[in-house]
Formats: sequence, structure tokens, C-alpha cells
Amino acid sequence: MIHFVLLISRQGKVRLTKWYSPYSQKERSKVIRELSGTILSRGPKLCNFVEWRGLKVVYKRYASLYFCMCINQEDNELEILEIIHHYVEILDRYFGSVCELDLIFNFHKAYYILDEVLIAGELQESSKKTVARLVATQDSLVEAAKEEANSISNIIAQATK
Amino acid sequence: MGSQGGFGQSKEFLDLVKSIGEARSKSEEDRIVLREIETLKRRINEPDIPKRKMKEYIIRLVYIEMLGHDASFGYIHAVKMTHDDSILLKRTGYLAVTLFLNEDHDLIILIVNTIQKDLKSDNYLVVCTALNACCKLINEETIPAVIQQVVELLGHPKEAVRKKAVMALHSFHQRSPSSVNHLISNFRKKLSDNDPGVMGATLFPLYDLITIDVNPHKDLVASFVNILKQVAERRLPKNYDYHQTPAPFIQIKLLKILALLGSGDKKSSEQMYTVIGDIMRKSDTASNIGNAILYECICCISSIQPSPKLLETAADAIANFLKSDSHNLKYMGIDTLGRLIRISPDIAEQHQIAVIDCLEDPDDTLKRKTFELLYKMTKSSNVEVIVDRMIDYMISINDNHYKTETASRCVELAEQFAPSNHWFIQTMNKVFQHAGDLVNPKVAHNLMRLIAEGFGEDDDMSDSQLRLSAVESYLKIVDEPKLPSAFLQVICWVLGEYGTADGKYSASYISGKLCDVAEAYSSDDVVKAYAVTALMKVYCFEKAAGRKASLLPECQSLLEVLSASHSSDLQQRAYEFQAILDLDANAIENIMPLDASCEDIEIDKSLSFLDNYVLKSLEQGAEPYIPESERSGTLNISKIRNHNAYEHPTHSLRFEAYEVPKPVVPTKIPSTVTYPTDIVPVTVIVSEPSYQPSVQPSWPLVPVSDAGSGSGSTELKLRLDGVQKKWGKPTYSSGASSSISNFESDRTTVNGATQINTLISKPREPRQSNVEVSEEKQKLAASLFGGKTSRSKKKQSGGAAGHSKVSRTTNHGEDKVQPAAVPVTVTTAVQPPPPDLLDLGEPAGDTSSYSSTVDPFKQLEGLVDLSQDVNATASATTSNGPDLMSLYSDADLNGSLNQNPNAMNGSVNPSKKTASLTKGPSLKDALDKDALVRQMGVNPTSQNPNLFSDLLG
Repeated sequence: MIHFVLLISRQGKVRLTKWYSPYSQKERSKVIRELSGTILSRGPKLCNFVEWRGLKVVYKRYASLYFCMCINQEDNELEILEIIHHYVEILDRYFGSVCELDLIFNFHKAYYILDEVLIAGELQESSKKTVARLVATQDSLVEAAKEEANSISNIIAQATK
Repeated sequence: MGSQGGFGQSKEFLDLVKSIGEARSKSEEDRIVLREIETLKRRINEPDIPKRKMKEYIIRLVYIEMLGHDASFGYIHAVKMTHDDSILLKRTGYLAVTLFLNEDHDLIILIVNTIQKDLKSDNYLVVCTALNACCKLINEETIPAVIQQVVELLGHPKEAVRKKAVMALHSFHQRSPSSVNHLISNFRKKLSDNDPGVMGATLFPLYDLITIDVNPHKDLVASFVNILKQVAERRLPKNYDYHQTPAPFIQIKLLKILALLGSGDKKSSEQMYTVIGDIMRKSDTASNIGNAILYECICCISSIQPSPKLLETAADAIANFLKSDSHNLKYMGIDTLGRLIRISPDIAEQHQIAVIDCLEDPDDTLKRKTFELLYKMTKSSNVEVIVDRMIDYMISINDNHYKTETASRCVELAEQFAPSNHWFIQTMNKVFQHAGDLVNPKVAHNLMRLIAEGFGEDDDMSDSQLRLSAVESYLKIVDEPKLPSAFLQVICWVLGEYGTADGKYSASYISGKLCDVAEAYSSDDVVKAYAVTALMKVYCFEKAAGRKASLLPECQSLLEVLSASHSSDLQQRAYEFQAILDLDANAIENIMPLDASCEDIEIDKSLSFLDNYVLKSLEQGAEPYIPESERSGTLNISKIRNHNAYEHPTHSLRFEAYEVPKPVVPTKIPSTVTYPTDIVPVTVIVSEPSYQPSVQPSWPLVPVSDAGSGSGSTELKLRLDGVQKKWGKPTYSSGASSSISNFESDRTTVNGATQINTLISKPREPRQSNVEVSEEKQKLAASLFGGKTSRSKKKQSGGAAGHSKVSRTTNHGEDKVQPAAVPVTVTTAVQPPPPDLLDLGEPAGDTSSYSSTVDPFKQLEGLVDLSQDVNATASATTSNGPDLMSLYSDADLNGSLNQNPNAMNGSVNPSKKTASLTKGPSLKDALDKDALVRQMGVNPTSQNPNLFSDLLG
């Protein structure tokens, strides 16, 4: 099971966090501090795994962004590496050559996509196509809703300004 | 206008994100966020906020929370948003609450109702969103509120809903395993769902149920094997392929399930052999995902009933892992070696050099894993080397978690395989010295007990030798500063018990040391208690031996201080000591017999010494004692009445029986010394101060029918619990023997540990020298693996270099699929330097590498798509000012909406093609993004050029 997902930039800035196991806000900050310290300082040729508090953290670097997932001792690290890659590929298709900036400004979209890839700390869908289709449908609905909102509330907002 | 920024958010929010991005220090970032929190607190409570605005506030809250700040002031607004009718707002609300709230948060009760409603929605996307929220928010108490609806959704026409319903049930199982136990048949049905995604999801709850109890699911073995076979034969739709491997994630999960089902079950295992063999043969060792499957196969093989053929294949695969250049694969190799070693212990021998390479690798993760392997393969022949290495490693690390783990492993191995007393004491000293406060207090007590009991009664010589060497080593160490508390307790106890035992050290010398300890660690009451009791013992032994014993002045002052101590325990000890000072030698010998810590303690369970007292009381009209069994029915009532009686304001007569006295538990022996006047038939002589209550359970007293001491069956004896194979015992795998038989075998066979040691090492073959591998490594290998370094081994290690090709092609395999950035300079906007960053590439701080990375073919692809882009870029460049953003936002959204789904539909073909397909939009998008971001003032060259680089190189 995946306990949490972290996206950290090379400068140690948090780009996305998702917690599947309960952690208090204080613990979360501590976890991020500890892990970014360990992971960011690791050299390029070392393992993509770090053992940490009886769990394991699998991380992979894409450009200057580190994708980290924390898993149980008995989980398959290589599989998790591929789950990370799977997610990145889906992001890449959604944003069209995703870069860190996309995730900075669209972190909520990254969350929506993550919700279609992982659920309850497990990989829920291994078909990229299915994920993409679902996300696109949701977006189109959102678009429709947005247009509606634009037409009414926006006009009101404009008028009252 | 102006409220609509380029990425769908207001200018204000984009500015926030930007300023956070540009913050140069954590404190600056914190300042910005705190200001934002203030703004939001003010704004979010304004009346009549337009919903769209509120949605943005919620997303800003998510952002704040993501950066590690507290946004709890806005949680309620997120909860409210889940109630909204519009799916757009609802989705945002659910996203926010799933990110904000843990399953035990108070606000969840406000969401459950909404979730219930949404699960019934006609719109399947609403249902999906609600199910997502279920997985995070529904806790043990609220499961019954939704479970029925979720189960019904298993039959929903949309596969996305079915899949999420299955996963929601899986998450319910994690919260409360009993909640989904009755749904086994539903899960089984879903296993044959038309949609592979649903089938794949069903494996998770089934895995959960099988983990709990294998037996009811044995009949599924054939089905699982069949599914696995079909998956491996590519019967699933192509879009489940991942990098040309058929549905690898489903394969891995199935292998995990089979590993459980086949464990210890020959019949089930035999059904699996063929399919596992096939998968291993087919797996693509050049790709990471192929190796992931291979790894899972090996795990499965090591779990099910062993098949010689599969073991051989597994061993080959492990050899390939270990020979790889990739650290990841080496790590997996070490891991799998540790798994297989349980089945075929010989397998480690051929990999010894590879293992030692990993042990000495600078990569800490790999090193740690290797220590785990060594721990698994420790035997009496290599225990010294392994434990020494582990201790060195333990000293070198700072991580308390692993320090503790390594320390307890060292202790465990030392207790099991120690070759000699001296070595054992030395090892324990080192462990205690460096990690004393981290090890389980039990360990300290085990050590005291082992020193006290030695090897048994037959061999007093070696026992006293052991004690002497312990005393000597402790006297050497005790002056060192800052020793851990647990270690000091051991030191004090041993010095008190055996410090003066053989006359080598004078009582005043030992007392002086003990006083020093009590003084130096004056803040540690436990240590002081141990020290005082030890002082008392030293004094008593002196006096009992007829020597003139006088208290040192510092001891006297220590006693004075302690008798006024805040700790009642310390006070008591001090007063007891002072009382003993006035007694004569005879009485003292009774209280504190020499070396009696392991003497058997007789306990008069019938409390016969009270008979006189009871009789007298009965004569005086007391009610007779009714055994507990006879008054069990009235127990509760009398307790309650008792309680009332206490509360009664007037001290009227009480007619109820007093509270039932607790039965005397043998372990609750008063550990402090009893006064001579109190000496009762119970001869309680426990001289160690059992100060902490947690200590008690580690000294359980169990009856042992021991013919040797002849004290009858009621006799109680110390048991060595937690020490499976008693220290010093030579055999490796005498696992299940009871503690009693251990006692006996020890007593009869052991004549001293050194002899055992030679016995073991004799059958070992002489070690040969190895030419190719360095002498030192070789030596280490020989001492670790005990055997000769075989020639074939050398060849393997030499061949490692040649094997690097394999891992290199692994990288190539990945690269092929990953779309590369296509920098084409056709536009008016200034091109950001898009460095071609592969995942592990160095961060491109320099922009010069840009031109060299251009791939002519990719350029061509980009040109094809350019026709589409011209419009977008043209329109973008003609407009200017803030309007530009909104224009871009539209272009951006349309782009992602229209083009991406198409591109994804085409993805049935190998991903290479899709890569080129997505290239087109990506170019345009890249330009769009760049222009937009520039508008906002984010400059690629100024702050962090990496932000612009594609994640998939």
C-alpha cells in the first residue's frame, strides 16, 4: 500500500502531497522535511529507494522534480517505480509535455488525475487510455458548468463591480 | 475581466504561487503564506461570495495546506462546497475535504449525508467523486451508513463506478476488516467482470481477505492461475499493456495472491509451477517493469512449496540482478537472495563477492539491505564477523530507528551464536555503550540474568570467569562519560552482585565506583536506585563474610541525600540500607545471601503462615473467606455497592464485603529487602531492584519440573524467555526445542564456550586465496560465508562489467518511449531554453546544450503540427496586455480538450507512436506556456530554468 505521494522540487519545495494514511499536519511537515533532506542529497547513481522508519520510500527524478511514494516493507519497489512513471506519462499526455510549471499552477488538476490513478493507496487503473478518458469527461463537464457560471454569475459579478 | 488568469485562477492567486516560487528561503515563504492566510481568513467569511470565487478560495486553502500550514479555518467552507449541486463545485469541495481531513475528523459527520446522496446520483461522475471521497473519509463508525449503497454500485453499468466501488470496499476492509467479510461472493463475481480494470481492482479486496485466512479461498487457485495465464498471453485489451508488457500491474498482484495461496500447500503450488515458469521465461529483463515481474515471481517461488526447477530459474534471475550495474537491481537481488536463502542456504555462497561489494557500497540503502541479508544468514561460524560489522555500522549511523533495529539484531545474534563468554560480554558492552537507551530494557535484564546464571551449576569455574571478565570490563568502562541508563543499570547490578566476589577488588574500591555513578547520573533515579542497592549488597557481602565493613564517607552522604529524595523508591532503599547497617552479620546473611540472584524462590501459595491470624479473626467473629469461584455471581453487585458506600458522607456501618482481594501473583514479589522482623516463611530473596514495572514480565516464574534440584513440583524457576537458542549453543537450527530441554542440554554438554567454538570450526574447509579479487574482500567473504571462494564465483564477478550492457539497454528502452522535448525556433516569442532532461540527467543550469539536443526527426514532427499552431500563436502574439492571458487560457483548454483525447485514442499502438502524436500539441503548449508565464514575470533564465523542462525528457 502507498502511504503517501510527495512531489518535491530539487530546491526542496513541495509541489504536491497526497496522504493515504492518516498523518497530522505536524507529522506531515516532519515527514516532508526528513524525506526531502534524505532524498535530495542522494547521488544520481544510487538506488531509487530509501528505507525510512520501517517503511520504504521509492523516488524518481524527472527533470528537477522528485516523485516520491512511501510503501510498506513487503511491497515491490520496481513496481512502484513504474507506477510513478505511469502517472507521469498520464500527466504528460494531459498537459502535453508536462513540465514542473504545469504542476505548480495546476496542482489541483494533478490531484484530480492522481485520484484516477491511485485510490486508497493502491493503483486503481493501469490503462492510460481509461484514465485519460475519464479525466477528459470530467473536464468537459466542468467546462460546461463553467460556461454556465460564466454566463450568469460572471455577468452579475461584472455588473456589481 | 482580469479575474480570469491564464491557468483558470485569478491574478491574485497566480501572483501568490509565483511569489512562493520565487521565495528564496523557507522563512520568506512562511511570511508570504501567513499573509495569504490572513487575507483568506478575512475574505472567506465575507457574505455573498460568488461560488466561483469561493472555489478559488478553497483551492488556495489546499495550496496553503500543501505547503505545510494550517488551513483549518476554512475546512467548513470546503465541507459546504461538497453540498453544492454543481459538479464543478462539488468536485472541488470533495477534493479539498479528502486532502484536508483525516478519517477521524469531526467534520466528517457533516459529509456522510452528502456522500449518501451523491452515491445515488444519476450522473456517474458524481458517483465517482463520492466514491473517491468514501475511500478517504469513511471511518469505521460510518461504514454502515454507506456500505449497502457501495455494494449496490458493484452492479453499476459504468465500469469506472464498479471499479471505484470495489476499491472503496477495499478501503473499508483496511479500516474494519469485519465490515466486508460477508462480501466474498460479491468479490468473486467481480473477478469475472467484463472490464479488466474492475477485475484488476477486485484483486485488492481478495488479497486482503486471503491474507487474513487462506483456506476458504483455496478453490480460487485455478481461477487465478487461469487469469494470470491469459494476461501473460496478452488476452487483455492492448491498452492495458505497459511498455509492451501485458498488464504488468495485474500480473504482479496475481503473483502476490498466488504466493499466499501456495504457501505450505503442495497441491495448490503444483498448479502454479507452469504459469510462473512461463512468465519468468517471457519477462523482459531489459525493462524495469519486466524486472518487477521477475522479482515478484521470485518472491512467489520462495513462498510456495519449492520446485527445484523454478528455484534454479530464480537463482539465475538473482544472479542477473546482482551482476547488474543498476543499484536498484542489486538491491532487489540482495532482497531476493534473502528470501531464497531460507529454502536453499547454499545459494549465497556463489554470490559472496557480489554481496560484499554491496556491503561496502557507498549507497546506504544497499548497505542496509545487505545487513539484513547477513542477519538472515548468520550462524555460529560467521557470527563474530557479522556482528562486528553490524556494530561498526550501528555506530556510524544517526537514524535512531535503524540504530535500534541494528542494536537489537546484534543482541539477538550474540545471544544465539556467541562463541565465547568474553566475546559476548565485549559485544554487549559495545552495543550498550552506543545504543543503550535504544535497546529494549528486556535485553539488559537478559544480560544480567545470563551473567548471573552462567552456563549452569556444573561449571562454576567458567561462570566465575565470565563474571570476573564482566566486572573487569565494566570497571574499565564505568568512568567513561555519558553512558546510557540501561547500561549503567547492568553495570551497577553486576558490580553489586559480583564486584567483590572473588576478592580481586576491594569493597571500598567497588563502593567508590558505585558512588561515582550515583553522583554522575544524579538526574537518573533508576540508575541511582540500582547503585544504592548495589552498594547495599557490597556492604552486606563484606559484613557477612566477617570482614570489617565500614561505609565510605561519600556513601554515607549519598544515603543522607537519598533518604530525603523526592522519589519514594529511592527513599525506601536508603532507609532500608540504613536499617541494615545496624544489624548483625547473621541477620544480614539471611537477607542478602551471596550470589543468590538465581536461587529458586519458594512461595507458599496457600499462605499457610497466615493461618494463625485467620483463626484468631474467625474466633473474634469475622466472616469466613469465600473462595472467588463461589461468589462470582455477586461480584459485580458488591463492587458497585462498595463504590456507593465509599461515597456515603456519613461513616455508617458497612454491611457489604470488602473488595475482593487480588489473588497473589507469584511475579509480584517485593523486590526490596524485607526487614528481619518481618521474615515470614516465604523466603523472598530477590536482590535486583526491579524498579520499573515493565521489568516484571521479563522475569516470569514458571514451574519447571526439575529432577536435579529435587524441590518438588511447586518449585518456581526463572525461565529464559525470548532467547530461543541459549547463548553459546552451537547448533544453528534447533528451533523448536523447549526451554527445559535447553537447560538440560546445556548443563550436560557445555564445558566452556571455547571448546564449542573449535568444534564448529573444525569441519569448515580451509580457505583458499583468490587472485582476482582483493585479498581483504576475500578474507571477509571467507569469514562470512565460511566456505571456499569457488572459481566460478570469480568469473561471475569478473563478468559483472560485461553485464553492464544489460542495464544500459534498460535505460534505452525507457528513453525510446519517453517523448523528448522538441524545441523548434519558429515563433516570435523568445524560446525558453528547454534543456533535454532525461530523468536522471543533471539539472540543466546552462542553456548552451540546447542546440545540440535537437533531433532532426523530432523537428520534422513538430513542423507537421505547426500548421495547427500558427493560429494559436498568431492570435496570441497579436493581442497583448492582460487579455493575452485569457486568450491563452482558452487556447490552452481547447488544446488539451480536443487534442489530447484524440491522441490518447491513438495510443492503442505501441507508445512510440503516441509519443510522436502528443508531440504536436506539446510544442504549441510549450510556447503558450512560455509566453504566458513570461507575462506573469516568471523568467526562465532568472529563477529556475528547470521549471520549463519537460518531465519526460
